[in-house]
Amino acid sequence: MEDLTKILAEHLFFKGLSDDYLKLIVGCASNVKFGAGEMILKEGEEANNFYLIRSGKVSIQFKTPNKGPIIIETLGEGDILGWSWLIPPYIWHFDAKAVELTRMIALDGKCLRGKCEDDHNLGYELLKRFSEIIVKRLEATRLQLMDVYGNRF
Amino acid sequence: MNSLKYFTFESGKLGNLIQVLENYGYIVIGPIVRDSAIVYEKIKTVSELPVGWTDEQSRGQYRLKRRADDAIFGWTVGPQSLKKLLFPPVHSILDISKDGKGFRFARDRSDDSRVKYAFLGVRPCDLQAITILDKVFLGGPFVDNVYGTKRKDSFIIAVNCGQAGGNCFCSSMGTGPKAKNGFDIALTEILDDNNHYFAAEAGTEAGRKVLKSIDSSTASEQDIKKAELVIENARNQIARSLDVSNLKDLLYKNFESSRWETIAERCLSCANCTMVCPTCFCNTIVDTTNIVGNKAERIRRWDSCFTLDFSYIHGGSVRTSVKSRYRQWLMHKFAYWLDQFGTYGCVGCGRCITWCPVGIDIMEEVKALTSQKVNVND
Amino acid sequence: MATVSEIKYVKKDDTRDPMFPALFEIKGFKRETKDTFTVEMIPKENSGKFVFQPGQFNMIYVFGVGEIPISISGNPDDTSLLVHTTRVVGNVTNAMSKLRRGDILGIRGPYGNSWPLDEAIGKDVVLVAGGIGLAPLRPALYKIVDEREKYNKVVLLYGTRTPADVLFRRELEQWRARFDLEVYVTVDRAMSGWKGNVGVVTTLISRSPFDPHNTIAYVCGPEIMMKFTATELQKRGVNDDRIFISLERNMKCGVGYCGHCQFGPFFVCKDGPIFKYSQVKDLIIKWEV
Repeated sequence: MEDLTKILAEHLFFKGLSDDYLKLIVGCASNVKFGAGEMILKEGEEANNFYLIRSGKVSIQFKTPNKGPIIIETLGEGDILGWSWLIPPYIWHFDAKAVELTRMIALDGKCLRGKCEDDHNLGYELLKRFSEIIVKRLEATRLQLMDVYGNRF
Repeated sequence: MNSLKYFTFESGKLGNLIQVLENYGYIVIGPIVRDSAIVYEKIKTVSELPVGWTDEQSRGQYRLKRRADDAIFGWTVGPQSLKKLLFPPVHSILDISKDGKGFRFARDRSDDSRVKYAFLGVRPCDLQAITILDKVFLGGPFVDNVYGTKRKDSFIIAVNCGQAGGNCFCSSMGTGPKAKNGFDIALTEILDDNNHYFAAEAGTEAGRKVLKSIDSSTASEQDIKKAELVIENARNQIARSLDVSNLKDLLYKNFESSRWETIAERCLSCANCTMVCPTCFCNTIVDTTNIVGNKAERIRRWDSCFTLDFSYIHGGSVRTSVKSRYRQWLMHKFAYWLDQFGTYGCVGCGRCITWCPVGIDIMEEVKALTSQKVNVND
Repeated sequence: MATVSEIKYVKKDDTRDPMFPALFEIKGFKRETKDTFTVEMIPKENSGKFVFQPGQFNMIYVFGVGEIPISISGNPDDTSLLVHTTRVVGNVTNAMSKLRRGDILGIRGPYGNSWPLDEAIGKDVVLVAGGIGLAPLRPALYKIVDEREKYNKVVLLYGTRTPADVLFRRELEQWRARFDLEVYVTVDRAMSGWKGNVGVVTTLISRSPFDPHNTIAYVCGPEIMMKFTATELQKRGVNDDRIFISLERNMKCGVGYCGHCQFGPFFVCKDGPIFKYSQVKDLIIKWEV
């Protein structure tokens, strides 16, 4: 059984978090792995977890009515998958599929939400880190949106 | 004082000067009155020159007026400069004809390169403008042969200014009212109650030769002093001044000033200023074909950064607003030019102020942008 | 005669009028993607050689239609073949895309400066290409691979619109197969069959294996993409005087005296098209320069 605390501490997302908080969070953490092609989360399902990707590749995709799923982003080692657990109604708005064998730490969203309500400082630490990720993703998405390789440019 | 350099000759001998140049094989280009303005044309005799004419210029205004005397060069600058001849507004650069599956090129058919021009009546500001254009067309990694050949074979007779135009600010730009170098001959017209003659400075050996062949006398100390006074008179008449120290940095600092919007409200982007400006060099290449499609031509013609498609790259223009185009022009003249060529692009001739249909005053704008005080006199 | 001041004629080519093109014959035409094609040509005169540096461009003339600047995309060591890869964006490129073997083009060049490879000696080299931007970078990569021992780590990051728009696929795969090159490709979006990365090319930068304090970066693509890339590289720790971008502006003469390509004080045709990011970073963030 791998020492999850150590793995959590080494992950970029938790860098700088105090040992006490790490111990607190470990209670909500578990090791997961998905084989190539396996669905990790499905649109419309309850968003109970978020994932720290340790290795592998995950594709974020949307269904289209007639063209099959369209991939809008792939995530890899060090990335965070999923933030719908933060915002009610806590439902996934997209699909996520493992492109290749992917190992991740799953963090129980409900469990964490509870702990954050109890200790707002922990909540702030987590939200600080999440905001950074979301902003980075938003900037990247904007660049994607501009379709700079398209005919307009 | 070098006695071998300074000469005088009677005003009547000006015609001989023209004749001598023609004998040397030059086509003489000089000022004439046409279409209510003083423009440059081929001339053969003195009677074609604007004897007894002067001009009154202010913002957006140009009027010719009769003088009380018979001064030949008693005016300042017209709408044209030598740019028109050294750098023709329209010029065919390439003829192409279809050849089997491909095509081949032929050189420009108009064999203009053999024509030599002598320019009579070049103002010191315009002279400096030619030096500036030399850097543009001849000083880079590639040389423009059209300009180069015309320039190499040209003979320049500058005429120092005896009076200032309403929009002149050559003294601020260091380009006048006296011609310092770059000429073959520099004339100063001296006209008082008893005399009408020219003090002439030879700038080159060729100039000296020409002056000698019209039997010029050696200038006396008095003549030289008189000539200096005439020029000093012009200098004192210049009503405008511009502080050019640190201008480039100040303009860069004010790149986003709201003043640009104020100017843009008036500017029509008509490109008049770029056409009359003696240093504006932007040009474009136009491709045409004949109806049958077996012959094509590449033509170079003047262009202006004020046109909308000047900065067009696949999909749109970089400078769509009038504000950005005016800013490009002014920044180029007073800031970018320094980085590009080591001098200002403006010679203070005032033409853009005169010929702007809405009277935008580039000097006033520069001052406003760099927060220099705008004088009541301006 | 009138003095022509103290002008130094630093002419690059003594014999040829810069506005007089050389004739080239098309030897090969290949459609790379639905809007991008490659033309290979040989000189019809002049000992049959064409010499250029990676990053330079030619002014290409199509009979009766016009002339445009296009970066050279071939191997600088192969002087017998001139290669250009371009997108169809206007009249001239459209006319060019209809030409085939045996047709003639007029070529003036090579013009402009080049990717400063000697500044990269002993350093990690990161090439970031966006869309058609891979074409002007390809000659640099050829040269780097040819003199591989001069450089440390070499990384190519390539982003394009969709998998169907990936250029030079075979060559990319060959480069990726080498042990001494890292090649990462990403697309802006893909259908489910794509097993590669999806996301903008900037997302590849944070996890690329290079030492930011000993790196030279060459970036080429749409201007927005180059700005985002430069920002991301600087976030990673690469200094802005070690980042080089390739700019594009309207060109008519290509040799520095028609005025069209000016970008602030710079003539893109003779001071560029390649610029150090520190040189242009203040201008590139301003409107309508």
